[in-house]
Amino acid sequence: MIHMSIIKRKPLPGWVRVVIPVAAVVVTLILAAIPILFAGGNLGKAYYALFYGALGNRFNLLETFVKSSPLILTGLAVAFAFRARFWNIGAEGQLFAGAIMATVVGVAFPGLPAYILVPFVMVSGFLAGGLWAALPAFLKTKWKVDDVVTTLLLNYVMLHIMGSLLFGPLQAPGSSWPISVGIAKAAHYPVLIARSRFHLGIPLAFALVFVIWFINSKTVFGYQAKGVGINIRAAAFGGINTNMVILKTALISGGLAGLAGVGEVCAIQFHLLMDISPGYGYTGIVIAMLGNLHPIGVGLAAFFFSIINVGAQTMSRMAGVPVYISGVIEGVALMVMLIFLLLLEYKIRWKRS
Amino acid sequence: MEKQPVIEMREVTKRFLDVIANNKVNLKLYPGEIVSLLGENGAGKTTLMNVLFGYYQLDGGELLIRGKKAVFTSPGDAIASGIAMIHQHFTLVPSQTVLENVMIGVEGAFFLNKAQAKKKLLAIEDQFGLQLDPDAYVWTLAIGEKQKLEILKSLYREAEILIMDEPTAVLAPTETIELFKTLKTLVSKGKSVIFISHHLQEVMEISDRVIVLRNGENVAERKVSKTTIPELASLMVGRELLERLERGSSNPGKPVMEVSGLRVKNNRGIVAVDGVSLQVREGEVVGVAGVSGNGQTELSEILFGQRFPEEGTIQIYGKSIPGGSPAKIIKTGMARIPEDRIATGLFMDLSVKENMILEKHTSEPISRNGLLNKKEIEEFALHCVKDFQVKTDGIEAPVKSLSGGNLQKVILARELVGNPKVVVACQPTRGLDVGAMEYVHQAMLNEKDRGAGVLLISDDLDEIFLLSDRIVVMYEGKIMGETDIEHANRDTIGLWMSGVAS
Repeated sequence: MIHMSIIKRKPLPGWVRVVIPVAAVVVTLILAAIPILFAGGNLGKAYYALFYGALGNRFNLLETFVKSSPLILTGLAVAFAFRARFWNIGAEGQLFAGAIMATVVGVAFPGLPAYILVPFVMVSGFLAGGLWAALPAFLKTKWKVDDVVTTLLLNYVMLHIMGSLLFGPLQAPGSSWPISVGIAKAAHYPVLIARSRFHLGIPLAFALVFVIWFINSKTVFGYQAKGVGINIRAAAFGGINTNMVILKTALISGGLAGLAGVGEVCAIQFHLLMDISPGYGYTGIVIAMLGNLHPIGVGLAAFFFSIINVGAQTMSRMAGVPVYISGVIEGVALMVMLIFLLLLEYKIRWKRS
Repeated sequence: MEKQPVIEMREVTKRFLDVIANNKVNLKLYPGEIVSLLGENGAGKTTLMNVLFGYYQLDGGELLIRGKKAVFTSPGDAIASGIAMIHQHFTLVPSQTVLENVMIGVEGAFFLNKAQAKKKLLAIEDQFGLQLDPDAYVWTLAIGEKQKLEILKSLYREAEILIMDEPTAVLAPTETIELFKTLKTLVSKGKSVIFISHHLQEVMEISDRVIVLRNGENVAERKVSKTTIPELASLMVGRELLERLERGSSNPGKPVMEVSGLRVKNNRGIVAVDGVSLQVREGEVVGVAGVSGNGQTELSEILFGQRFPEEGTIQIYGKSIPGGSPAKIIKTGMARIPEDRIATGLFMDLSVKENMILEKHTSEPISRNGLLNKKEIEEFALHCVKDFQVKTDGIEAPVKSLSGGNLQKVILARELVGNPKVVVACQPTRGLDVGAMEYVHQAMLNEKDRGAGVLLISDDLDEIFLLSDRIVVMYEGKIMGETDIEHANRDTIGLWMSGVAS
């Protein structure tokens, strides 16, 4: 019989950590060739179309940026929480909370000028998402309620709150669909590049990558959150108020996801509807893992995912491969990354006996 | 004529990287006998049993089962040879019934034959006097009953040899009596038991023979009928002095720390510290001796701010310190050396640098206005590493790459660098090699000579004698006795440690 055992390996040099995500992407594209060939696609043509469709011309490139903004925000939200071991699976619900709040504010204050209303929707959406995440964090710190379960289930609670609002007070008059009135023009994110949807939320998301990186590596709070994540007992021993760190982490994490919701309402849809997110909150989990919980890694992973997402449309048209391949590639990317991360710490030994 | 042992371990050696956990340990177990494996935490009891149960492969020596050489590559092999191990933490499925738990892993076929299994289980229950309702759900059982179920599980698998790892640690006194009755029945029917414990009274009560381990080696073997509790206590903690240190004469100054009437329950709701009062003065080492598990851990946790005392006060230089807050204790400048350096003292995945600043990261100049000062952190960490001769690849290296002795040096550096007035150290040399141990001992004496008051909590009686100016002995959460070093007598202390007042 052959036994497999997993053994801890000696720490690898630092550059390996940088090479690994790149290698993971390459391996993913190699593995993804299998389903593409199965679907009868021409490999060269398919990959050409994929990247051309995402990056090949002005319009496609800008669309890829548009798509990357909510993914960066939910990815950062999840990564920031996971780093402190607050298992926030609830970015989707927090995104809804932000979107609802943006809609309410965007509809309720039509008279305000844009330079007040845009920051106003951002801050209120951030707070809505943050408070929605703070609820499970409070339950976790106060009564040790499992955060994986609560954050996940609160997604459905918020989904249904959104549903009841869209069939109730927020529903556009005369509409029989669950869709809200349009938000005030002044609440729209300004478009920064003419003849495109490249909006204010995009540079904001990229800036937040660096803000989170700064918090993580340069501030006392970032140090404390890392300590709580690595060894909460030692953190408490060292005088860190661990409950407060978890609550603040949840507030920021949920806030980032809430901002993703604000962006979808104020830059893409301009009103609230049930399909406001195609699962950005859940994709954020995958992106956070793919980015190894590092903000810059998250930024790159989110951009990679939006390339796949946007490019898949063109690939489907030009190479006749179903759009669903993009989901396959994303899934494979996560698995490859997780396996690579395992191999970073452990080696596998086969033994015959 | 000697009977054939069911288990014989000959010169068993087990290493972990460069640490020797078991060094040429011998053990024989005969049918119908209860052998106790006695030793302090870290003496190698659990490692030895894990070797026997096939979790670890041995690095030297051999294992004989019923006279035949055996090689276990997994617990499955050990179970097949009739060995069962019952852990302190149960391996049961709470949402299933007693019968279902017994059947897990031995169903044998795709379809379950519950009726037949139930019959067999009831027969076993009758034979060994272990009554338990097969249809009761496990979550409804008391702890003692869960343990009964663990025993039934192993009997159902036709185990001949039961390894019980500190089985009484989780039991109430009446449940312990019940367990002992069960074990006696088992051996009367030809089974054999290895009983792991550091609880002397129980060892005397239940076993036929005692094997004492210390630092991973056999130190003694006694028939219970031919030994006493004080003898076992001193065997367990050892007699010979390993090192000679220059201990400055005792010339204590004014009191730095006074605790009075401390009382606290442990995590199982049992009173662990019961009215402890202590005084530590400048320039002295007060040693708290005792067999582990007599409240020393909880005492240290109160002093470190990790545990909120139900009664009692802590004063440092006459000022009351609120309990249950590590941050407030840190502010008093107390140096805290925790018992479990890996679980409590360090962030193993973080760098040396990041571990050094743990208690200082919110104060200037390490940070200002919520921002960390990289330059100050590096300077501070380099200074700590240099002063305490921490062997590391640099301050950026993760502490998990350091050896045990250097891990402790990181903690010593962090805690002692600011010349504290009070030092509380709990088991500061547990698991360290001799060199590192000497370093820690010297550091404690240096603190004392500098004028700090040192409270040393240790299971290691040698260490207590080597360093202390005064010795207090804890037993069942109370101070059993107190003496200064000139009048200290090992036999008296052995008696105090076993709960006998004199």
